[in-house]
Amino acid sequence: MTDLAVAPSTGVSAPQALAGIRVVEIGFAAAGPLVGKYLANHGAEVIKLESRRAPDVFRSTYPPFKDNVPGPDRAAMFAFYNDGKRSITLDLKHPRGTEIARALIAKSDVLIESFPAGTMAKRGLAYDELVALNPGLVMLSSCNQGQTGPHAQHPGYGSQLTCLAGFVHLLGESDRAPVFLYGPYIDYIAVGYGVIAVLAALARRAATGRGTCIDLSQYEAGLQFMTPAFLEHQLNGTVPTRAGNDDPVAVPHGVYPSADDSRGDRWVALSVWSDEEWVRFRRAIGDPAWARDPRWDTAEGRRAHRADLDEHIAHWTRGRTRDAAVAALRAQGLRAAAVETISELFTDRQLAGRGFWRGLPHPVIGTVQCISAPFALSGTPSRQEQAGPTLGADNDHVFGTVLGMGEEERAALARDGVFS
Amino acid sequence: MSTAASAPLDGVRVVELADGWAANCGRILADLGADVVKVEPPSGDTARSRPPFIADRPGPDRGLWWIALNANKRGVTLDLAHPESHAVLRRLVERADVLLESDGPELAAYGVSPAVTSSWNERLIHTTITPYGSDGPLASAPASDLEVTAASGALWLAGDPGRAPVRTTLPQSPFWAGMAGAMGTLFAYLARGVTGRGQHVDTSAQASMVTATPPASVHWDTMREDHERLGQFLIGRSIVGAKFRNIWRCADGYISFAIQGGAIGRHTGTKLVEWMASRGEVPQILGAVDWQTFDNTTLTQDQVERLEAAIAPFFERLTRKEFFEGVVSRNMLGYPVSTVEDIEADPQLAARDFWQQVPVPEAGRSVAFPGGFALFDGERPRIRRPAPRLGEHNAEVYSSELGLGPAELAATRVGGTA
Repeated sequence: MTDLAVAPSTGVSAPQALAGIRVVEIGFAAAGPLVGKYLANHGAEVIKLESRRAPDVFRSTYPPFKDNVPGPDRAAMFAFYNDGKRSITLDLKHPRGTEIARALIAKSDVLIESFPAGTMAKRGLAYDELVALNPGLVMLSSCNQGQTGPHAQHPGYGSQLTCLAGFVHLLGESDRAPVFLYGPYIDYIAVGYGVIAVLAALARRAATGRGTCIDLSQYEAGLQFMTPAFLEHQLNGTVPTRAGNDDPVAVPHGVYPSADDSRGDRWVALSVWSDEEWVRFRRAIGDPAWARDPRWDTAEGRRAHRADLDEHIAHWTRGRTRDAAVAALRAQGLRAAAVETISELFTDRQLAGRGFWRGLPHPVIGTVQCISAPFALSGTPSRQEQAGPTLGADNDHVFGTVLGMGEEERAALARDGVFS
Repeated sequence: MSTAASAPLDGVRVVELADGWAANCGRILADLGADVVKVEPPSGDTARSRPPFIADRPGPDRGLWWIALNANKRGVTLDLAHPESHAVLRRLVERADVLLESDGPELAAYGVSPAVTSSWNERLIHTTITPYGSDGPLASAPASDLEVTAASGALWLAGDPGRAPVRTTLPQSPFWAGMAGAMGTLFAYLARGVTGRGQHVDTSAQASMVTATPPASVHWDTMREDHERLGQFLIGRSIVGAKFRNIWRCADGYISFAIQGGAIGRHTGTKLVEWMASRGEVPQILGAVDWQTFDNTTLTQDQVERLEAAIAPFFERLTRKEFFEGVVSRNMLGYPVSTVEDIEADPQLAARDFWQQVPVPEAGRSVAFPGGFALFDGERPRIRRPAPRLGEHNAEVYSSELGLGPAELAATRVGGTA
């Protein structure tokens, strides 16, 4: 069960921002479900609806799995993206399945879906029909290209939509092929804007009683993060392109190898933003003779001889650990940080201090390290107790308790395949 | 009274006493209808001096980052060194729903901490957005986009293997941090409806950027695989650890495509082979694939590379535009690696009326901004005004709305002179 428990350490149960809000989520992969996760972490009852025929692709198609053996309840990605939710199974291609979904949505506050445009209408779950049952319903439709327009039906993966949205053209060294940032970068932008849209609609509902139909194109949400590049193109006629780690103001600005790794693959990031900071930078590195050359005194000089400068700095960083280099620079009030590997994020003291990682129990996988939100609420903190649910774990609770269907009725429906 | 056309956050008052870390948060709340008053020092917000500038000529109203992230806000000045500034800030905060700030410890030293502001206004939501958050060993450590990206794993994961990690040339962490701050602020705003009280929303830019690459942490947590940058390749599709090419050369640049499994991946493979057949011969290795049963999770690296080698020459003969039109018409997965120019010409965005012309007074013309990030009941939130000039709304806010007296007004003027 996922009943809210009282925090054992304090004995005090703080209120939750979304107490009393019920959410139905019919989504898959990252962009829809992560919205539901953040709502669940802040007190909403989030009911994730899947079918056994085609469960969330994060249960079926994406490693890693527990012991590398695939299975819907062994998928770590699913467990990670869906912590704090309830899980029900319902066949929306069965007419009774659709009826039950409509009954559940009628008793809910928010509906999240992330199918290609038009899919919900085909299932009899268009907003116009649902709002007739529930005038306060907030429905978030999040898809690749939005609900309208010539490309509305086009399916897509976030790692590729990130390319369409211009981010990848801006990532990499200027004379090499572009690179991309690991995964579906743009999906996570759409998650943030999706959460914001739902919360803003709930705020308006609190004031007016009205629900809202939200059409979120993941593409358009992502383009918000590109705004200055469009201005630059239109106002200055330039097409921004990738430039490695260069910055138009700071020099030096980049990553430098440290002594932490014999192959030089552990890096220090550092940047110097003014000529005054350069004086402090010299002090931080022990004011060696080379650094006193007046050509480094101005940003123009440092930029003109950057390859030389980078070599000198790399010589200094190679002689020390990342931590020692960063500490020396921070002691002078300068900007510097270790380029953390992914495993290092788990021991990062700053993230740990915020309780960013939450080890949550899962009945099959064991403990799953889930993330909390990147903000901490002092008065109504998030609460995370359970990794993503096993498939259909809450059928009895939702169909029995929430919808009030008797055991016999449920058994008959199960025989008809409605819950598959 | 609300009308059908009301914006979601109509009537919400926000004071933004912040630099670039919070600018996107204020922008988002303003886009949703909130009245956001940006409070700048008399010397101007630091973003005003961030290049690039209109026509590459610096000027307080010419910085493109300033213009982009402060649209929809009103602007006032306040000299925090002036003895009356505290009283003015208090007047602003007393009537606000939200205070956004990005100074954390510095502002607390000046006497404005979440504890103080809640004593001024117990319903106030006090949102801080700083590089590492308000607490912990790095609470006061300075950082720019580069260091925040480094500390979040997002730098480590981008770049060619064997070469230095790289960041996105258009800084991204200010956008992530601001978006996270807006999420937290709105949770707190709804919580106020439950509790009647405001609270402190402590936002970390570092943590916000960890949320840009979350699956990498799952692979470490579950398999103890520490994923690294892979250049143009994807990982995380195969249970035998194979990587898949995601960026390919094409006739005039690059496109994105990957050999995928699942229903949509199998459809994509089938359609690709048909497309290749329509233009010439299909390499035998591709013709032999049974896409109905194709499963990308169990392919070995060698199998993947042989399939990719058979596909690559086909893409090298297509332009970005031909590839885009081809995948859309066939409902295949894949997109071009677009430039801003390509995006501005995308027919989908035009059909959805995405772009919004916004005046840029210093340029003497309007510019197409990305429009509202979502449609609410079919309405796209509007940009109602361009970014403010320095102190543009001093009279409106301080005199008309707050009714400040001469002593207090002295703290609001440029240079502190009355």
